[in-house]
Amino acid sequence: MSKLYSGAEIVFKCLEDQGVEFIFGYPGGAVLPIYDELKNHESIKHILVRHEQGAGHAAEGYARSSNKPGVVLVTSGPGATNAVTALTDAYMDSVPLVCITGQVPTHLIGTDAFQECDTTGITRPCTKHNWLVKDIKNLSKTIHKAFEVATTGRPGPVLVDIPKDVQFQKTNYLKFKKKNKLNSESYNQFSQKNIDDLIKLMSKASKPIFYTGGGVINSGPKASELLRELVNVTGFPITSTLLGLGAYPGYDNYFLGMLGMHGSYEANNAMHDCDLMINIGARFDDRITGKIDEFSPKSKKVHIDIDPSSINKNVKVDLPIVGDVAKVIGSTIKTIKKVKPNFAKSNKQKISKWWEKIQKWRSINSFDFVNSTESIKPQYAVQRLYELTKNKDTYITTEVGQHQMWAAQHYKFDKPNHWMTSGGLGTMGYGLPAAVGVQVAHPNKLVIDIAGEASVLMTMQEMSTAVQHSLPIKIFILNNEYMGMVRQWQELLHDKNYSESYTAALPDFVKLAEAYGCVGIRATKPDELDDKIIEMINTERPVIFDCVVDKEENCFPMIPSGKPHNQMLLGPKDQKENKITKKGKTLV
Amino acid sequence: MVKSRSAYSVPGKQGKFDTHIIVVWVDNEAGVLARVAGLFSSRGYSIESLAVAEVDPKLNISRITIVTTGTPQVIEQIKLQLKKLVPVHKVADFKKEDKNVIFREMALLKVVGNNLKREKALKVCKKFNAVILDKSSKSVVIQVTALRKDIDLMSKNLKKFGLVSVSRTGAVAMTRGAEIFK
Repeated sequence: MSKLYSGAEIVFKCLEDQGVEFIFGYPGGAVLPIYDELKNHESIKHILVRHEQGAGHAAEGYARSSNKPGVVLVTSGPGATNAVTALTDAYMDSVPLVCITGQVPTHLIGTDAFQECDTTGITRPCTKHNWLVKDIKNLSKTIHKAFEVATTGRPGPVLVDIPKDVQFQKTNYLKFKKKNKLNSESYNQFSQKNIDDLIKLMSKASKPIFYTGGGVINSGPKASELLRELVNVTGFPITSTLLGLGAYPGYDNYFLGMLGMHGSYEANNAMHDCDLMINIGARFDDRITGKIDEFSPKSKKVHIDIDPSSINKNVKVDLPIVGDVAKVIGSTIKTIKKVKPNFAKSNKQKISKWWEKIQKWRSINSFDFVNSTESIKPQYAVQRLYELTKNKDTYITTEVGQHQMWAAQHYKFDKPNHWMTSGGLGTMGYGLPAAVGVQVAHPNKLVIDIAGEASVLMTMQEMSTAVQHSLPIKIFILNNEYMGMVRQWQELLHDKNYSESYTAALPDFVKLAEAYGCVGIRATKPDELDDKIIEMINTERPVIFDCVVDKEENCFPMIPSGKPHNQMLLGPKDQKENKITKKGKTLV
Repeated sequence: MVKSRSAYSVPGKQGKFDTHIIVVWVDNEAGVLARVAGLFSSRGYSIESLAVAEVDPKLNISRITIVTTGTPQVIEQIKLQLKKLVPVHKVADFKKEDKNVIFREMALLKVVGNNLKREKALKVCKKFNAVILDKSSKSVVIQVTALRKDIDLMSKNLKKFGLVSVSRTGAVAMTRGAEIFK
């Protein structure tokens, strides 16, 4: 008879078989048997967080920067409910997470036992799937299935709830057979005819655009390489969603910048006026489309996505292509090379007028701002941070708000998996724990959380995690004392009634850093910024950088509510110099 | 123009609503009905009626039949979202007007009244496979199987003959002919 293992042992055997190196977690009564077993498994390191939400976001940061699933281990009741925000965040942004929760013993389920909650019920809408394992015989099968569900198709979070008595019970371990190719046949439903149709549309188009999203990143580094080749082969302009940044180099001439509510003028106008839109791994989010009825009215739309339910959900498309982004782009390039080897050259004439138009939009320089010698402008701070870190293979995370948009606008990413931000759910407090996870995956790389002072206070306790595990993350706070995006909307939409958006009694971030046992740096004047940033980069310990910026700077350009892409609100410089279009003016 | 004060877009035009019958084959496991029903409620889809029971005890398969309404786009989403659920095996979609599909609902109707009233009540139900399941000197329990609209009409008409209680199932569906849905 083969050896019998306890449930807790089986959990670790499964994690080992899945190649898991790190668990982000927090112990508690209902997971103690699993924590007891931790000492016997040297290949798995546990990162102790300070709050279960932090464990979730750290696992997200780990997953997104390494293309591996993140693993979370928390206890029942409050442990599970605290992880819900991170699970929802991962669900919205398609991040593969496997969350293991303890549960009260099976005979107490449903009795309102101590630290009991209906974990699978609560997390059902924010996971791809979840399981309550009541029978030890199903445990290993379930955990392996959980990894499969989390990482295949459109990735996402899953949860396995294990009652404490099951963790003690013993059974055989069922070895898992790894499938050779994940994301293969069942997900690649496209045919050669789809690719031929796409190429037909591409050769007919005179105003084409690629609109790429997080799906390119999720498809793996190969997809980003292929995307670059596809742009080269076609000569088409490309724009990206917030989550897709880095799949294509941000400084390249073909790249029009991010699109959407705070996207560039050229990207949004090109989206509106194009005659062919090729959506690769994006999902027509409402921050991208604006008013659906007036969204890119004259274009044929192609949508490449691994998730069939993302197609035709918000916007009706003319050519749906269901498949893994890398596979679809690969086939497209192959076919173009075979059928029209000189595609870019022969097509150049046809789209030259389109490029001229784009150059005109681009000349407006919509990310521009009025700089100051007195106070640090937040945009300037991000620009300097970019210039001083761009040659260092830097990983950037953000919180949510104005600073997030400025980071997206002014930091020019050139590699996938280097940009971690909460897009779909918009979770303030995401960036700091995410940076912890990124640093765990890349211990020798520079990891910076571009933060706002309001967001970062939501998960500030994770600095303690960074210190404990010697993770030298850098928290670069653009401190304007306001919830900046809330303040901006109140200024523009609610007659400057700044209701509860100012934070009085902020902590002294330098002293706070010292209290946590890390390093605090403050910059208040533009001329000292560079030196201080360099000091931060050269510090080998975690740093909280308090960058005191202009308090009332707004994030422009902006698509006002309910407006189509070609009616953007531009920044103060353009407004002053009267450069904005007639259409734009009516909105100011 | 009234300035919108929301950062969300305003709703666009709404398409025409159709009634569809969605049939879902699922693993009969704990919570599967909550998953399916939760999908409908969380995404704002409607459920007009729902019928569920195990149909294959050996393979552990249940069949869920849901009557819903929505624009063609919403119906398409319902199907695609259902297919993403792990315990879902296959999803069929029939339009209410589809002549190749049989739909049936069952109802139990309790009528209390004198002989005359009860007889009149039976007459109303006659067309719809009425079966008397229980009889007493004052009451009768009638089982009918019919379409939703027929049962609606029947219960309306039976009011004056002493209908005191109605218990109804959701619709179930089956294709005509030898073909089955794969």
